[in-house]
Amino acid sequence: MTMLNVLWLQSGGCGGCSMSLLCADTPDFQRQLQACGVHLLWHPSLSIETGHELTALLQRLLDGDERLDVLCIEGAVLRGPHGTGRFHVLAGTDQPMMAWIERLAAVAGHVVAVGSCAAWGGISATGANPTEACGLQHDDERVGGLLGAAWRGRAGLPVVNVAGCPTHPGWVLDTLAALSHGLMTERDLDALQRPRFYADKLVHHGCTRNEFYEFKASAEAPSDLGCMMEHMGCKGTQAHADCNTRLWNGEGSCTRGGYACVSCTEPGFQDPGHAFDRTPKLAGIPIGLPTDMPKAWFVALASLSKSATPKRVKDNATADHIVVAPAIRKTRLK
Amino acid sequence: MTRLIVGPFNRVEGDLEVQLDIADGHVASARVVAPMYRGFEQMLVGRDPMDALVIVPRICGICSVSQSVAAARALASLAGVQPPANGRRATHLMLATENLADHLSHFYLFFMPDFTRPCYAGRPWHAEAVRRFDPREGAHSRAATAARQRWFTLLGTLGGRWPHTHTVQPGGSARAIEPAERLRLLGKIAEFRAFAEETIFGAPLDEVLALPDEAALQAWCDHQDRGDLRFFLHIADDLQLERLGPGPGLLMSYGAYPNGDGTHAFSQGLWRQATAAVEPLDPRGIVEDLTHTRLAGPALHPAEGQTHPDPDKPGAYTWNKAPRLRGEVVETGAVARQTIDGQPLVRAAVARSGTHVRTRVLARLIEIARIVTLMPQWLAALEADAPYHAEGALQDGAGMGLNEAARGALGHWIDVRQGRIANWQIVAPTSWNFSPRDAVGTPGALEAALVGAPVGDGEQAPVAVQHIVRSFDPCMVCTVH
Repeated sequence: MTMLNVLWLQSGGCGGCSMSLLCADTPDFQRQLQACGVHLLWHPSLSIETGHELTALLQRLLDGDERLDVLCIEGAVLRGPHGTGRFHVLAGTDQPMMAWIERLAAVAGHVVAVGSCAAWGGISATGANPTEACGLQHDDERVGGLLGAAWRGRAGLPVVNVAGCPTHPGWVLDTLAALSHGLMTERDLDALQRPRFYADKLVHHGCTRNEFYEFKASAEAPSDLGCMMEHMGCKGTQAHADCNTRLWNGEGSCTRGGYACVSCTEPGFQDPGHAFDRTPKLAGIPIGLPTDMPKAWFVALASLSKSATPKRVKDNATADHIVVAPAIRKTRLK
Repeated sequence: MTRLIVGPFNRVEGDLEVQLDIADGHVASARVVAPMYRGFEQMLVGRDPMDALVIVPRICGICSVSQSVAAARALASLAGVQPPANGRRATHLMLATENLADHLSHFYLFFMPDFTRPCYAGRPWHAEAVRRFDPREGAHSRAATAARQRWFTLLGTLGGRWPHTHTVQPGGSARAIEPAERLRLLGKIAEFRAFAEETIFGAPLDEVLALPDEAALQAWCDHQDRGDLRFFLHIADDLQLERLGPGPGLLMSYGAYPNGDGTHAFSQGLWRQATAAVEPLDPRGIVEDLTHTRLAGPALHPAEGQTHPDPDKPGAYTWNKAPRLRGEVVETGAVARQTIDGQPLVRAAVARSGTHVRTRVLARLIEIARIVTLMPQWLAALEADAPYHAEGALQDGAGMGLNEAARGALGHWIDVRQGRIANWQIVAPTSWNFSPRDAVGTPGALEAALVGAPVGDGEQAPVAVQHIVRSFDPCMVCTVH
């Protein structure tokens, strides 16, 4: 493991990925960072240095007087108005953040997009996208973004897209640890440049509502216990992330918190073309079927399982607590 | 007269620049610049109103639940629905978890590290400040980060995750709490209480909350040097932080944690320093002035507000609007909440000397103690087999959602037409505290608070200015929504 000089800057975003990072499951966050091989040159929430002390550091990095191993960018690149980048002028510098990012990326060993805003534009690019927000190497799913499709860090990798809104603290720490151990290659990234250690999983994996899913026993309103795929807009069967196997803030996840997965690791999730909290359907069948599942099979299985739904599962699906407990059975052989 | 531009200002949420004119070793005038525009008010137009519950929390990564609660209340006002008692209390618990964590992050990660700076190396308390609050090695800042991590597991259970939960709904909470979960949550609050009593206060919370006035506080501080509150007050006395960053003399709170009967756990109102009295608050008197904001349009009440970027507008220097209440500059935050609510110690301290660096920080820590004692009461009041959520039918119309974020008064004003968002205006706490000058040239609360701050020879980022700025605990990402 080598200690990495990590610079963390924020632009068009909410800062929530940093706040989430501080929720990393460790009794000593600072030691954990060091254990992941991180030497923080500067972070907006964690560093004593301010103002001219930061701008001096940025200059040393650009001049090559200090090594920049990893540039973490949180938040989208704001290209507006009219491509000038002046919707975010880095305080104290009179220079658009867009220009700072471009210049620093050119001297960085790796660039990590922390969160969906930095990866694709994310929520910052929603609707009319008044700030012309985009990601570092993507504009939604289109490759390009600020740095362009051909861009590679000095260590050879494209931008590492730790997508999510916000990012799970473990995704960020595991990424930095993999980089410091030299264990992150292009093969470890999926087609959207997301680390495969979390992007090769589905939110559906480990969902506590799986029995309701199996029987298509569906929630109809917020706080119902049933599966949220049929009516409530849940995309957990399609969304790439390990949220229900690597839990959030102790024992949480979106589905465990009572609401639909909006597929926040996916480029363009912010503009789904339908209301987030309702499942779009065609002839009563959800348009977004589980990933890798043929439609005919889904329809056949769904109608079969609906007709076989136990009363317990059906009744509990539309209640906010268990109203029918499972029958007690002897499971041993007689 | 010399000009000093300080930025990027870190250990605040988001990007911030402060422009200072300096004469005779003091700040003569200040301009507060929010250097980023995010456009949420434009992005929400045309959306399904319920989409706001996904978009709005993402205005802010540190007060995400606060934004959700304000949006849910605005939508509830159009759906003719009130959350049932369980839903109201579950929402209080989520909001209180966030508000307390924000105060904790502010004190240990954002504010106290400035006392470890080398410029204070000659002070008798400096070595101890470094031991406790150094950003990398500080024993107490590391312990507080761990306590914060553990504390946020409350929200993992109550809201699935933090930040950016969607559990908060107009009709209540989407997550019912099981009886065994309630017991676990009580246990976690007890754990945090132990941290607070040992590390923050060095005393039982009941003892802290029973301090009736400043004389009692002084005696309590003399008694023993335990806990970080007493350590801060010791530094505050030595550096005369009471003289730094005077507020505008008008404090505002929308009221926090509604009881369901029109009253709040922390009451609503205005505090006027000149009369040392609480006045009623009428949000209809709010106007957002755009004279020095890079936005086009007239000064309007937020229900009628507009957001049209005008990047090259002459005379404009920030993306923040300038909210005023009947023309007056207002300060908001924990010090406003606790003064208006009549918390004895904070009320007494503010009545004597107003708001400044010392009372702002004191009020936040006192509020931590109060929240820790309120949360078990809400948990205990959850009723088994009673609903957490009530369905409503969203109608077209104008709605309003008021809330208290950690940093103060947060309001959403919405207009829904033909089932779509026609307008959605947000006035955030830091919009008030960090507002620019208005049409008559009156500076915002921070701009005025900085005047008179000492600037030492050669100081490029004057440490007094840093104390004052951070004493407000600004959230710039909310401000430039």
